[in-house]
Amino acid sequence: MKKVGGRLTLLALVVVMSVIFFIPSYQPFYQALPGWLKRVMPNKGITLGLDLQGGIHLVMEVDEERAVEIAVDRSVVSLQDLLVDKKIPVESVARTGPTQITIQFQNAELKAQIQKMTDDYPTFSETESAGSANRLVWELRAIEVKRIKDSAINQALETIRNRIDQFGVAEPMVQRQGLKQIVVQLPGVKEPKRARDLIKETALLEFKMLDEDNQPKLDLPARIPKDKEADVLKQVEGKLPEGDQILFERAFEKDTGREYRIPYLVKKRVMLTGDVLSDARVSIGQFNDPYVSITFDAKGGREFERITGDNVKKRMAVVLDNTIYSAPVIQDRITGGRAQITGTFSMQEANDLAIVLRAGALPAPLKIIQDLTVGPSLGKDSIEKGVQATLFAGAMVVAFMIVYYRMSGVIADCALVLNLLCLIGALSALNATLTLPGIAGIVLTMGMGVDSNVLIFERIREELRLGKAVRLAVDGGYDKALLTIVDSHVTTLITGVALFLFGTGPIKGFAVTLCLGIGINLFTALIGTKVIFDLLNQRHKVEQLSI
Amino acid sequence: MLEILGKTDIDFMGKRRWAFIFSGIMVVLGIVAVIQIARGSANLGIDFSGGTAVQLKFDQAIRIDEARKTLEANGLGDAELQEFGQENKLLIRLKASTTIEEKVAERVVAVFTKEFPSNHFVVDSSSEIGPTIGQKLQQDALIAVIISFAGIILYVAARFELRFGVAAALATFHDVLAVLGAFYVLDKEITLLVVTALLTLAGYSMTDTVVVFDRIRENLRMRRRDSEETMINNAVNQVLSRTIVTSLTVVLVLIPLALAGGEVLHDFSLALLWGVIFGTYSSIFVASPLLLLWPGASGRLLKRS
Repeated sequence: MKKVGGRLTLLALVVVMSVIFFIPSYQPFYQALPGWLKRVMPNKGITLGLDLQGGIHLVMEVDEERAVEIAVDRSVVSLQDLLVDKKIPVESVARTGPTQITIQFQNAELKAQIQKMTDDYPTFSETESAGSANRLVWELRAIEVKRIKDSAINQALETIRNRIDQFGVAEPMVQRQGLKQIVVQLPGVKEPKRARDLIKETALLEFKMLDEDNQPKLDLPARIPKDKEADVLKQVEGKLPEGDQILFERAFEKDTGREYRIPYLVKKRVMLTGDVLSDARVSIGQFNDPYVSITFDAKGGREFERITGDNVKKRMAVVLDNTIYSAPVIQDRITGGRAQITGTFSMQEANDLAIVLRAGALPAPLKIIQDLTVGPSLGKDSIEKGVQATLFAGAMVVAFMIVYYRMSGVIADCALVLNLLCLIGALSALNATLTLPGIAGIVLTMGMGVDSNVLIFERIREELRLGKAVRLAVDGGYDKALLTIVDSHVTTLITGVALFLFGTGPIKGFAVTLCLGIGINLFTALIGTKVIFDLLNQRHKVEQLSI
Repeated sequence: MLEILGKTDIDFMGKRRWAFIFSGIMVVLGIVAVIQIARGSANLGIDFSGGTAVQLKFDQAIRIDEARKTLEANGLGDAELQEFGQENKLLIRLKASTTIEEKVAERVVAVFTKEFPSNHFVVDSSSEIGPTIGQKLQQDALIAVIISFAGIILYVAARFELRFGVAAALATFHDVLAVLGAFYVLDKEITLLVVTALLTLAGYSMTDTVVVFDRIRENLRMRRRDSEETMINNAVNQVLSRTIVTSLTVVLVLIPLALAGGEVLHDFSLALLWGVIFGTYSSIFVASPLLLLWPGASGRLLKRS
């Protein structure tokens, strides 16, 4: 007979470790512990999955192509500025393809002059094919396209992280998945729609000048209902002056609160963007109406001062994601690097706007490709029912084992409890997220745990039937069942590992509990119960085994 | 000693013809289901097909036909409705063709808020899944299945013989197909959770088969004079009580889960429940007889020991 001391110590150690790791998962108890103990103990346990505590799970894709287009658009604007500065009279500068800029000019002699400017735009190369006396075609270099696409996703990740941090969610997860997908998990969020809007908003802030000279010629309606923007755009199609566009201001009727739109003719040229912001805060106006006050950084402040100085008595539109929030008349040169975004905001809207402005704009629009929202009530229902059913099922098995195997059944039940304890301890130690499929995985490994014991006991019974002494029968039963148990566990483990590697979301959660459970099963079945049998045999000379 | 079965001596192998006929039918059903899934005409859950699912919990009972009419009137006529009895829960599903940009979930919620103003409700859950994600999931699930099967065949082939590995894999395939076929015939929705259940039952059925094979291997090593059929029969009889006790305990766990585990666990446990039944059947009536169809080089297992 083997010595039991070492194995008993090992068992005790495992049990104690499991309990220590589990404690932080049970907050009421953990909080009651004295401070010094909390410092030396693990402080994070099992997290409940979204299906159990409610929340949102979003998978988004960055529109990379659009990010490249936006970058090219910016180059177009800065090129226009540069041409004006250098007093080179060109007819037009426009983006003519996803990565292409075409510069048109009347005077063929300008060509050489403009070509020299390529030095300032090293990311572009001139294409020869479209050679013409009055035209130059620039193409964004492939390496730059790749860089923009790569940085777009990183920038989007960063921006979303910033926004969520400021929104205030406990334990959010923002993570890149594959090449261009972003996964966001917000457990326990009470206002899913608001959170989603906050994440998804591009929040590109632009200052643009209204084209007041040409607006009267277009005969635009004074105001239109929301959702009728397309009609206006159709009406002015082909009549827009070069370099202009129609944008809409959002506004609300004072008495009914109904939303409507005011169309404006706006110059496409961007005077200033939100890049140059250093801060954005909510303030309360004199009529108790919230607005967002923004602070520019040093460069932005100087720029803003110059723009406002050049355009006194003209109207400037504050545009966020192609919607005008306000279009005030510039009364005077604005110094000090501050400005206000007014509009009809609720307090919450103003708050969210300040958050997205502070966190910065997304490099490109996001496309939501998966959106799972679980209300907190369903989560609670699921837990209650799941736990109840599991407890009931557990009780049935425990009772069955005792009825069928008597004293040995009790030992098997001890192994079952040990199994559960170790599994929960291991999950806590790994800070695993427990989902509903995860619970199913636990139930399944419990089943396998019982199976191991059944295999062993049936083998012991066979040995006893052959007339062997109790101690020999127990040893023989364990030895013979050993290979079978290992084989059956390894095959299931193979499935579990495959699921873990290639499964996603809920399947992965299931695989984690399954794989851990299998390992722990092997331990309890081969060491845990055997030690009890050995102990029994050592203390008393067992003549008859209750099995 | 309480025993369900004493020492048995049932001629399982002799009944293999009937078993093969029954299994053949189940496998054909399963294959039909697989083809239908590939063609997209099976009842695939939105996690695979893409689409929208919204679950609402009302304060008062809501009539499903009224709800359907309301949705139709608001241009959401292709919605599938399902209610969860006593709790006034309504599940609304809209499949494929709808993309997330249309915000279908918000539309559904808006319709019910407008048309049933007196019956307050909360959104239990809402999921919107783009078609690309669904395709990726299908692919991932398929890869996971292929890898795990390849791994299992290799492991069993290494521990036993190639024919054992192939027989075990075939028997497991049979179980998965049979349950899939049953789901298809009953028009049950095949969701990610059901697929998880199928993979679990594959693992379970494999375990069961390995236990029987283990005993066959042991017997092949011990007594060489009997015919292979006799030895396999003996092995199956020897582990029969273990097979039954184990299956019984797993069934004991699954029945409460299926009946009272809540709507999310219901289909999962149901798939597993059938899986256990088929898995037990197949290790006795499919995996073991398959060995007889492919007689091994006699004595090979012996030499290796």
